[in-house]
Amino acid sequence: MPNRPMPIFPEPDTQAFWDATKERKLLYQKCNACGGVVFTPRQHCTNCGARDLQTLESKGEGTVYTYAVVRQNRQPAFADLGAYSVAYIDLDEGFRMLSTVVGVADPTQDISVGQRVKVDFEQQDDGEYLVPVFRPA
Amino acid sequence: MPESDRKAAIVGLYEWPKRKDPDVSAMQIKAASIKAALDDAGLSWKDVDAVYDAGDGEGGALGGVAAYLGLNPTVVDTTQVGGSSYEFHAAHAMRAIAEGKANVAVLSYGSKAATQRIPIGTGGGRAGGSWSTNMEAPYGVTLIANYAMVARRHMAQYGTTSEQLAEISVATRHHAMRNPDAVQALTDLGVQGVNDITIEDVLDSRMIADPLHLLECCLVTDGGGAVIIASPEVARGAKKKPVWLLGSGEAVKYPTNDGDLTTSAAAQSAPIAFGQAGVRPDELDIAMIYDSFSITVAVMLEDLGFCKKGEVGSYLEGGRLRFDNPGGPALNTDGGGLSSNHPGMRGIFLLMEAARQLRGESTSQVPDAKLAVAHGNGGFLGSLHSGGTIILGAD
Repeated sequence: MPNRPMPIFPEPDTQAFWDATKERKLLYQKCNACGGVVFTPRQHCTNCGARDLQTLESKGEGTVYTYAVVRQNRQPAFADLGAYSVAYIDLDEGFRMLSTVVGVADPTQDISVGQRVKVDFEQQDDGEYLVPVFRPA
Repeated sequence: MPESDRKAAIVGLYEWPKRKDPDVSAMQIKAASIKAALDDAGLSWKDVDAVYDAGDGEGGALGGVAAYLGLNPTVVDTTQVGGSSYEFHAAHAMRAIAEGKANVAVLSYGSKAATQRIPIGTGGGRAGGSWSTNMEAPYGVTLIANYAMVARRHMAQYGTTSEQLAEISVATRHHAMRNPDAVQALTDLGVQGVNDITIEDVLDSRMIADPLHLLECCLVTDGGGAVIIASPEVARGAKKKPVWLLGSGEAVKYPTNDGDLTTSAAAQSAPIAFGQAGVRPDELDIAMIYDSFSITVAVMLEDLGFCKKGEVGSYLEGGRLRFDNPGGPALNTDGGGLSSNHPGMRGIFLLMEAARQLRGESTSQVPDAKLAVAHGNGGFLGSLHSGGTIILGAD
């Protein structure tokens, strides 16, 4: 199993997002005042400043906005992984999330901009949270 | 250029010549460079009344550089926005001088990134603990991968190719090979093949983070230097001819849910700077653009207005950015971060080489160069980054 670095708490903006991963839920927020979609998690709307957000569950479906394939990373958790992807995913509900596309034979060949993907929640060796990752839909 | 536009000028500069220098400290590089830059201007230690520093080093954010130097400046600014800190400092110095708060401002930088083997580009991504890093830490986004995501999007959106981006590395190395300090740097850092390179060489170099190859990534060096910015009165009495600061712009950009990743902070800072200077991009002789990676330059050539958004690929073809080719500004004529000097925050060198060109002192001199832009970029082009634009002109 992978052993990705975990988020570090206390950190009030991101706690609920990571707690929800344990129930395999991908959360985002929407402003009750202006309807703007807010991501990454905050306590105010980045469009109008209102502090009145509702938290919603995403269906976890979206497209690859862009990606890169990392060949060299000296951080121990990633040093021995081999080539792996990092990607921005545009979720269908209108938010963009940094993540990774996994479950492809060769990340240098099998990922493309515009590709449809779906969230999965990756169990870690160590660490209490599951990490949202994306697989080809 | 009307006299009223001449509000502040670069009057002195010094670039630390060595890129691998185990026996000197970062603070020693700053102090020695300031003294040499003051000598270059014909000014003395006690003339300095404003100190700008990116807040690195012991007590840096507190203005510790002033304590180390032994100066008592009445303007202190430790703005830290990454590699473009020095363009921000120049912008702030222009304003402080125009307000009459300062007459002689020093900007300085020192770093031991090569000796300390700091893995700037491949260090792994940031640790969690904040609103932003808690959302990034699990994914291992190296700095190079962050920029590579911009390159990939540019390719997908506009059809830009690695061959086209490689033109940037090729032109820059050509300039480096004419600069003895850059040649020594490439040699001291153990770069394979200290010679001109081809597009094929770039494409054949190993992939670091697809689609960016090794030769599209900047060096990691020791180094530093200093720049002296002075009021018109001081500038008129300086040893060398003044290089006027005509316009400035500052911006930060960050990821949004529907933002265009192929557009950088420069799209905001550049029009402000060009507007203040009253010049157009096509009038410029020199483009000093932060070349952390090939894609950094490509995006900023568009955002600075040298070509339209999405068209930089064809713009780059044919090597128009070489100092001796027509059809575009001369790019990074000192050899750039790609092939001469990148100790972590390269922005100060952009000001220096722009000033050398406008003085007629470059090793890849453009005849009668009159106008230049220095555009610094700091941080992560694919997420939070800063952009600082300075327009410079000769009399």
